[in-house]
Amino acid sequence: MSQPARIKPPMGHDNAWWWEMAADDKLGIQRCSGCQTLRHPPRPMCGDCRSTEWDAVEASGKGTICSYTVLTHPQFPGYEYPLIIILVDLEEGTRLTSQLVGCEPEEADFGLAVEMVIQEDPDGFKLPVFKLAEAS
Amino acid sequence: MPISLKNEAAIAGIGMTEFSKNSGRSELQLAAESIKAACDDAGISPSEIDGLVSYTLDSTDEIEVARAVGANDLTMFSRINYGGGAAVGTIHQAAMAIATGQATTVVCWRAMNGRSGKRMGQGVSGDVTSSDLVHWSWYMPYGMLVPGSWISMIANKYMNEYGVTREDLGRVAISQRNYALNNPRAYGYGKPLTMEEYMDSKMIASPLCLYDFCQETDGGCAILVTSAERARDLKQKPAVIRGVCQASTRGQEQMTSYYREELMSLPEMELAADLVYKQAGLGPDDIDAACLYDAFTSEIIMQLESFGFAKRGEGVDMVRDGALDIDGRLPNNTHGGLISEAYIHGMNNIAEGVRLVRGDSTGQPSKNVEHVLVSSGVGVPTGALILGQG
Ligand SMILES: [Zn+2]
Repeated sequence: MSQPARIKPPMGHDNAWWWEMAADDKLGIQRCSGCQTLRHPPRPMCGDCRSTEWDAVEASGKGTICSYTVLTHPQFPGYEYPLIIILVDLEEGTRLTSQLVGCEPEEADFGLAVEMVIQEDPDGFKLPVFKLAEAS
Repeated sequence: MPISLKNEAAIAGIGMTEFSKNSGRSELQLAAESIKAACDDAGISPSEIDGLVSYTLDSTDEIEVARAVGANDLTMFSRINYGGGAAVGTIHQAAMAIATGQATTVVCWRAMNGRSGKRMGQGVSGDVTSSDLVHWSWYMPYGMLVPGSWISMIANKYMNEYGVTREDLGRVAISQRNYALNNPRAYGYGKPLTMEEYMDSKMIASPLCLYDFCQETDGGCAILVTSAERARDLKQKPAVIRGVCQASTRGQEQMTSYYREELMSLPEMELAADLVYKQAGLGPDDIDAACLYDAFTSEIIMQLESFGFAKRGEGVDMVRDGALDIDGRLPNNTHGGLISEAYIHGMNNIAEGVRLVRGDSTGQPSKNVEHVLVSSGVGVPTGALILGQG
């Protein structure tokens, strides 16, 4: 019997590359080749200059908590509860949805500095998550 | 000159099944029964129906419904996407069809075994690939699988910014439960809710607890729309459509519009407000009562600001002042809403808007209700409707 695993993202032309970067321990941000605008979540066309050309940059992984929620019910197999979900404002200027790990739900708060870490599941799936940044 | 929808069409009939946790019959049957009831309410035969509108999420085909109720030949049929965001969008389709002569008798319906069958609250899973599924792919692996998890992120940000507390959300839940106490159709009929019970209830997705969530319901609800002129000769006092619109704004996602510059407002609802007020030639001061979409309590407070009843960050003051109660400035969800009557994806809130204009709600305020505002789903592409007397 294998352990229940989290739901995997369906992979398509527009998103698979991001998960491939995660599998390579990197946090990616899509960058428009036409106007250099960074965008997340990724899209096949730039809403500013309509270019379909893009590449990806590797984010520093540093950011702050824009908002958060602690999920307790319902509980789905493959996830550990309570689950702290955060919106992270990355220092590059884009925002992403992720998870805060390595702390208690009570420690989550608006504006806290966080750092990306790659979490590897028992089945080998890699997921960019965040932990509270070390006090500098 | 573009055709204005103002005062062109009216809701002449509303119909619904009982609301329950297990209907014991098919969604097609719930649809047919509620449509028949809406026709009976209006005093016309289902054989006059020539237009049908529902939600993309509704499981029942138009032609199945048409055969079941013995409808006329259909000259207009349409579906609106985005769950509860479709609610008044269906009325928008009907009003456009009637104003442009595409149909004469349009029924909008939603029928769902929302508790015993497919439960909306069960959320998404990764089965089919589409642009919509790629959208959900940014949330599913992290465990954000259900509506509460998506909306709580915005609720927490908004509440933190404006000092809204759990007690304030509790006030919304209790206000609506108090209406439901007198509504025999409602889940909350005869079941009072106290602030102690609210505060002690199970946390689901912080800051939202069990009582901040809408019901899960089996039932059907149908709304019959025809020309305002014809509606005046039918059985019921007409609820005239003063204005109706759909609205989706930049950066719109389905439930997760997290990537806009600021998250403490509902831009799509502000657009809906702007459009519907302009179309109706009315403003917030002209609205006597409302049925604001209420999948979650926090959405009510934010919409008070979107629709101009309160300034930014001050929606909560209205709640604390009792403005949403039966003798308040803006009696809201006087049937109990999706939270305490039933969750028929917002169609039952439109039906209540009609009752308020007719003057026969179980939560009817003592003041004259000239205009009622009804909104569609929050956090999704949405819409707004203003109903008026005569
Ligand atoms: Zn560009």
